[in-house]
Amino acid sequence: MTATADPALAADALRERRFFLSLSLPALFIVGLAAILPILWIIRQSFLTTGGEYTFGNYEKVLSSGLTWSALVTTLELSLATLAICILLGTPLALALASARPRVANVLMAFVMLPLWTSILVRTYGWLVLLRRDGLINAALTGSGLTAEPLPLVYNFTGTLIGMVHYMLPLFLLPVYAAMRDIDANLIRASSSMGASLGQVIRTVILPLSAGGIFSGSTIVFIYTIGFFITPAVLGGGKVNPLSTRIERTLSTFQDWGSASVLGILLLIVMAMIGVMFLAARRLSTRNGAAHA
Amino acid sequence: MESLPITIDSVSKSYGTYVALDDVSLDIQAGEFLTLLGPSGSGKTTLLMALAGFVRPDSGKLLLGDRDITRLAPNKRDIGIVFQNYALFPHMNVLANVAYPLALRKMPKAEARRRALDTLARVKLEGLSERNIAALSGGQRQRVALARAIVFEPRVMLMDEPLSALDKNLRETMQYEIRRLHDDLGITTIYVTHDQREALIMSDRIAVMNSGRIQQIDTPQRIYDRPSTRFVAEFMGEANIVAPGLVRRIDGADASRATLMIRAESFHLDEKLVGRDGIALEGTLRAKAFRGENWLLTLALDGGGQEVLVCIPAALASGCGELATGQRVTAYAPAAKVHPLPETIA
Ligand SMILES: Nc1ncnc2c1ncn2[C@@H]1O[C@H](COP(=O)(O)OP(=O)(O)OP(=O)(O)O)[C@@H](O)[C@H]1O
Ligand SMILES: [Mg+2]
Repeated sequence: MTATADPALAADALRERRFFLSLSLPALFIVGLAAILPILWIIRQSFLTTGGEYTFGNYEKVLSSGLTWSALVTTLELSLATLAICILLGTPLALALASARPRVANVLMAFVMLPLWTSILVRTYGWLVLLRRDGLINAALTGSGLTAEPLPLVYNFTGTLIGMVHYMLPLFLLPVYAAMRDIDANLIRASSSMGASLGQVIRTVILPLSAGGIFSGSTIVFIYTIGFFITPAVLGGGKVNPLSTRIERTLSTFQDWGSASVLGILLLIVMAMIGVMFLAARRLSTRNGAAHA
Repeated sequence: MESLPITIDSVSKSYGTYVALDDVSLDIQAGEFLTLLGPSGSGKTTLLMALAGFVRPDSGKLLLGDRDITRLAPNKRDIGIVFQNYALFPHMNVLANVAYPLALRKMPKAEARRRALDTLARVKLEGLSERNIAALSGGQRQRVALARAIVFEPRVMLMDEPLSALDKNLRETMQYEIRRLHDDLGITTIYVTHDQREALIMSDRIAVMNSGRIQQIDTPQRIYDRPSTRFVAEFMGEANIVAPGLVRRIDGADASRATLMIRAESFHLDEKLVGRDGIALEGTLRAKAFRGENWLLTLALDGGGQEVLVCIPAALASGCGELATGQRVTAYAPAAKVHPLPETIA
């Protein structure tokens, strides 16, 4: 038997839902204003000549230029390399933090988070001081005789990568650490009591159960690093040119809003594609993870 | 399968100034089912975790057979554990959970699968092997945990309140099944609970713990009838601790000088049901309650007003319904059921 719904109660439910939806309006307004509108404007710009006439010329120019594609490759190389290093350094670090005693973990966490409170510009120039030919690191290396010549640590790919990893590591660490900390200690004990060595515990219990956190961290790293500008601009010394610096160059040197807009759209598409890829991979992995070991 | 005796020799553990285990010694025979019984915070889990290797004792020795395991790594101890929250791996299905210890031992896949399925059948879970853990009921999870703990044929089994999350009926079924499984396999088992009935039903012997110490270790019957301390007496069911001087011998002889422990259900209201060497308690009825299978009477004893619980089986208590509060009542108990508490005998 189904009772007929009371219209008054249904109206109450509707009113409640509307109220909670309405809470999102201010945020939606800002997002609309600050994100959607500029993007629409950029899309329009990309079809305009400097004279203000409609054209596909910007697309032809940008997409046929070798510089664009090498910038795209550099962008992906930087992002992937940053991500790889973040995973290699960050996962063990998160594991160490998660297994430390709470007080020790809090202190260590504060150190990890400290860079996040410093402006990226300050940090980037900080690295410049450390990594220059006559910087602290090279002075120490040559001074102690470890290397005869100063190492080329900056104004190149390596320097850019160091700066980017430094920026991204805490952001990668947070979700991984949270996931690992939430693993029930009894699961680890159970695994070990059944005979698992430390390596087996990590491989069969800890990593699978923190995969969600590693995924989130990776997504953050990728989305951030795709659009990184300051670090490649300062530490790359003009030799590392991802899409972001190309956009800036196109604008500041050539005042070519049309081409810059096309590059911007290209960046947007790459980001969206990677976002979708991550989501799909995540869905796939959780589905498999639920069904199998 | 060969099971091993366990020796716990003067084990102590403190957390800061808090003493969680206070010089605990315990010998468990090979194949025995021993229950650690005690209130919350008495150190039961700490003792189990020390045996499993997850809590490092401050001092003392742990032996499995004649092998000293005090400093052995947990994964080398070969101990099966059923955790209170089951600790099943959420990212593996039922079969993978049960086959996990076998996979760690590099057993060929087909054989591991067969063994795991056999064990699942033993705990009556055949047919659920491909299920996700999240899709199991509490009782089914409990069985998976049990299967996973026995599948690798450990020589010792530790169970930490494995039934506390189940409802009463299921708990009783599982008590019976766990005990049967133990009798089939003969694994030396230490079982933790704070439910005294569960301890009485399941155990060969019970060790009663309080504040990190073992108060008494004995068979269920002796723990119940002959508690050595007031704590044990009161923890195991409705016990009356009666000061000397409030009791009268029916035959007029001198009554004991010790403090007495008399269980509520040892009393009769009919003098004829108790021998001449039994005792009598006189007082006024404070309260009465009908509990289905019995009546519970509360008497305030003459000379001090100490309250005593008297439990009369409904079948023998035709008159209880008519008793009115304030009425004088005499309760009798046979000599065999009157237990002088050893700790009070100077
Ligand atoms: N890591 C720890 N740090 C500090 N105190 C602890 C720690 N582990 C246990 N204790 C303390 O030791 C005492 C004994 O704990 P234990 O878990 O052994 O109790 P239990 O008998 O298992 O209780 P329950 O029936 O509630 O499970 C408790 O008072 C607890 O607070
Ligand atoms: Mg406990």
